[in-house]
Amino acid sequence: MTKHTTSSALVVGATSVIAQHIMRRWADAGAGRFVLVGRHAERLERVAADLRVRGRSPEVSIVALDMLDPEAIARAVTEAAEQADPDTVLIAHGAMYDQQRMQQDLVLAKDQLEATGVSPTLWLDAAVGLTRATRIAVIGSVAGDRGRASNFLYGSAKGMVERAAQGEQHRLHGTGRRVSLVKPGPTATPMTAPLQESGARLASTDAVAGIVVRAIAAGRPVVYAPGLWRWIMLAVRLAPRALFERTSL
Amino acid sequence: MDLVSWGRRGRHPHRVLRPADPGSVARAITSGHPGLAVGLERSYGDAALNSGGTAWDLTALDAFIEFDEEKGLLRCEAGVTLGEIQRVFSRRGWMLAVTPGTQNVTVGGAIANDVHGKNHAVAGTFGGHVERIVLLRTDGERIVCGPDERADFFAATVGGLGLTGVIVEATIRLERVAGPWLETRRVAFGSLSEYFSLVRENTEPFSVGWIDVVTDGGRRGIFTTARPCSAEQTAALPAAQPERSLTVPVTPPFSLVGRATLPALNKAYYWWQRSGVGTRIEHYRDYDYQLDAIRGWNRMYGPRGFYQYQSTIPWEGAQEATSEMLHRIARSGQGSFLGVLKTFGDTPSPGMLSFPAPGVCFALDFPDLGERTLRLFAELDRIVSEVGGRLYPAKDARMPRELFEAGYPRLPEFLPFRDPGIESDLARRLIS
Repeated sequence: MTKHTTSSALVVGATSVIAQHIMRRWADAGAGRFVLVGRHAERLERVAADLRVRGRSPEVSIVALDMLDPEAIARAVTEAAEQADPDTVLIAHGAMYDQQRMQQDLVLAKDQLEATGVSPTLWLDAAVGLTRATRIAVIGSVAGDRGRASNFLYGSAKGMVERAAQGEQHRLHGTGRRVSLVKPGPTATPMTAPLQESGARLASTDAVAGIVVRAIAAGRPVVYAPGLWRWIMLAVRLAPRALFERTSL
Repeated sequence: MDLVSWGRRGRHPHRVLRPADPGSVARAITSGHPGLAVGLERSYGDAALNSGGTAWDLTALDAFIEFDEEKGLLRCEAGVTLGEIQRVFSRRGWMLAVTPGTQNVTVGGAIANDVHGKNHAVAGTFGGHVERIVLLRTDGERIVCGPDERADFFAATVGGLGLTGVIVEATIRLERVAGPWLETRRVAFGSLSEYFSLVRENTEPFSVGWIDVVTDGGRRGIFTTARPCSAEQTAALPAAQPERSLTVPVTPPFSLVGRATLPALNKAYYWWQRSGVGTRIEHYRDYDYQLDAIRGWNRMYGPRGFYQYQSTIPWEGAQEATSEMLHRIARSGQGSFLGVLKTFGDTPSPGMLSFPAPGVCFALDFPDLGERTLRLFAELDRIVSEVGGRLYPAKDARMPRELFEAGYPRLPEFLPFRDPGIESDLARRLIS
């Protein structure tokens, strides 16, 4: 297999901090074309400007839309495929709400499931079906590995993304196109600000981005970042129910 | 959460707000004040602390905005690090005209402390290369200032310790270079007067002296000069160099730098540098940012942390005063591993509270031994103030208010520009 280099990328959820750091690395390495997708045009413009200054003046366009509208998704991916013919797609959006609050408020719970589960799954399917990209990566989470009291609605959404990624991997078997599911451990981003406030030591975004960029290039199906989380989550998944349910995780 | 400044002399509780993009900064600073904008916490003392209060962590504002390839003008957010600028632009033939000894500082911090480098004599301070600053005040006002636009606000903000408003964006003039390489030259000296004659004869743009303050009462050292490599030299060199770094992974239970180890540390460093005497080609990372190669080197001072004493004194009487300082340090028995001598040129500093002024700048690190260390500092203060010198607020954690006021005569002129919604431990200690 020849080594994959990203020269044209479609990035959904492009204002996410992890996505920004991943794109900076692609721009550094010479990527010439980016299509950035997100909800807010102004925030996307900021990311686009940053990428244009870096690298070799890549061509960057932005698409702001309702991330849950299936027709808009299909249209945006088709247009990106026509205009930029991305070789790499990254789907990086999601949200994290407080589990306790969601238990009081089903509207918020629905938002959580849609923003972090349904929407990325639709984008993933559109990317596989409507582009010729040979590397498609979607950001899952270690939280999707096992349901636990402290964040299982977020975890359910990420678990959905994981099943979808598995299915797409199966679908693309033998085609040379690869889908990577990336599971970052807690990373220092705005989404985890409350965790950081409590003094937790989190992995740096840039370190996580470096791991993800290498794993996407290699087409690895499942990527834990940092790698240590593979073993932590193995233990979490294998912990017997009787023991697991007595913890306060 | 707790913030720890570079001297690691304590943990300070803060409510930390971390706006994710420029749009959320205004919301954070207009609601949660008084507070203080902070970056990578490279100030040694209390300039970047607001203990018990709010800190606005602006490190997520790390995007470039625009680059004018013709003029070398870079517009970027305040949380961009100097290291990122050097890394991205050195490959394209541009670098910062002024950089301090670490690349792990933000643009906002570099402006707020009006940092300087080893080329002060030819390039002045960081603030001298800033064209435009966007400042947000805690009452919601947005102020755009520069050397030719609201120049008074600019002069207050450059070196203004973050007290005039929150710097959210800046435009910096980069300098054309052939590549990331420097031609460096090391010379050993055996006495302070030898150092001073080397300085007087030097014609290279970059220069710095390291002095072994422990051996023989502080005389010998190494004088290093540098200039950017020419295009011809660069053509024969690789485009980049892989990054190497060591890490001090944990804080040892006691200081590894102390009475027992200092003679050996200084001797080892002297002979290591001595063995490198002569001319060679070095990557900017190795010359400009020697200490960055050891990540977390500040942990070596153990759980009690350390002080840096950095002064600048006018040329007149500089040699005698420096010699007297070395003498006092030797007599106190509290050596320093880092004894760095630099010279400041005549370029006027742009800020009302900028540290650099023509003369000799001397920086020393001391493990915190409590009263003993403070007594030594009081002796050094006397020498500095007698010759009309001043200390560097970015490094300071203890200077008396009189010394600050004497060293910074433009303080009264600065005060009207303060933002009443901004506080810092340093401001409480020295200003308000």
